[in-house]
Amino acid sequence: MALNKEFAARRLHSLLGIIPIGLFLMQHFVVNHFATRSAEAFNGAAHFMENLPFRIFLEMFLIYIPILFHGIYGLFIVFQGKANAKRFGYFRNWMYIFQRITGVFLLVFITWHVWDTWVQAQFFGAEVNYQMMADIVANPWMLAFYIVGILSATFHFSNGLWSFLVTWGITVTPKAQLAATYFTLVVFVAMSVIGLRAIFAFV
Amino acid sequence: MSDAQAQETRNPEETDAKKVKFIITRQDDPDSPSYDQEFEVPYRENMNVISALMEIRRNPIDSQGNQANPVIWDMNCLEEVCGACSMIINGTARQSCTALIDQLEQPIRLEPMKTFPVMRDLQVDRSRMFDSLKKVKAWIPIDGTYDLGPGPRMAENKRQWSYELSKCMTCGVCLEACPNVNDNSSFIGPAAISQVRLFNSHPTGEMNKSDRLEALMGEGGISSCSNSQNCVEVCPKGIPLTTSIAAMNRETNIQSFKNFFGGGN
Repeated sequence: MALNKEFAARRLHSLLGIIPIGLFLMQHFVVNHFATRSAEAFNGAAHFMENLPFRIFLEMFLIYIPILFHGIYGLFIVFQGKANAKRFGYFRNWMYIFQRITGVFLLVFITWHVWDTWVQAQFFGAEVNYQMMADIVANPWMLAFYIVGILSATFHFSNGLWSFLVTWGITVTPKAQLAATYFTLVVFVAMSVIGLRAIFAFV
Repeated sequence: MSDAQAQETRNPEETDAKKVKFIITRQDDPDSPSYDQEFEVPYRENMNVISALMEIRRNPIDSQGNQANPVIWDMNCLEEVCGACSMIINGTARQSCTALIDQLEQPIRLEPMKTFPVMRDLQVDRSRMFDSLKKVKAWIPIDGTYDLGPGPRMAENKRQWSYELSKCMTCGVCLEACPNVNDNSSFIGPAAISQVRLFNSHPTGEMNKSDRLEALMGEGGISSCSNSQNCVEVCPKGIPLTTSIAAMNRETNIQSFKNFFGGGN
């Protein structure tokens, strides 16, 4: 039997969320965390990433294509569901809804974030450095937008990691799924701390 | 003097007697709009929602004293094993046979389940669940032209957990609770996925394991689950539906690798 399209697309969507998007998110946060040391440290790290060999291919296959597929197909999944937490206010049902809210918000946030940084550098001659971010978050509204964006990303990733483990049949028993809940909660807190420390380094 | 009038004269305090108040969502046919109607039913000890509905059927007068059409609902076993009498009672989808009046807050709201097409009043058409069971081949094919002899034995510990899965009565409560079962999606819902696990656990049923898994990998199959896990919370039979779904996730993934890369069947 040929691979079923819907099955393959849903599984691919789940996989891409962790590999490579989740891994990229971690890498992105860790590199940005250099900003907590000094502006020079951040500029050095950013410069190193900028000058990676085969950068365009790395970006294309590890970020742009996976995230576009994940985002657009994710939006399609959102429209297939009908939120019902008012009638069924269980913890996992709320997670189901937050996963969708943060997902849709992240589409907006990441589009803006890429426009604000990558597009400006690529097409308008701006330089991606400490000053660029410092200028962006000098506006308190933009700082708030970035904070919500970072927390949405860490939540979406951590909760997505939890459902990835179920979708791939790794956590089957309720016991394993509960342990994964605690584990992903730790991931959420740790990633949020790294992300927030990084953004506040630009303030 | 009619019987009803006679009873009134015989028992003048009956109007003060304990009544059970109902607000019932009614619908005259599959295409007409729904409306609410209130009923008051004389209280009897140990009454359940079904005996109250029977009382309304006997005496279909609404609480304003108007003649009403008797309320239509589905029922069969009256002991919560057939699943036919599911409806939404005070906001919760459950079986009306085991909904005891003494345990319900009044006025008691009765609504048909929303996931299924309403036929009339509280009666819904659950045939999509039967269609799903057919889709995933939830049976064990042993019919043939000659005696196949006894099948392989089943391990006792396996029988114990698979017996729990066999308690599914296709009542529809899990589909009602699932956010992914709706008009925008073709998702078959949790019940049929758990039935694949049941029939695949059976030593004879296991021989057709891949057929059922491949059906689960089809349109509206297991991949449409988004892990809201409402199903396991609401199942009146306590079936570990989310364990079944995760187990079938693992099995369908392995099956898809086998299909693509080869290996076994």
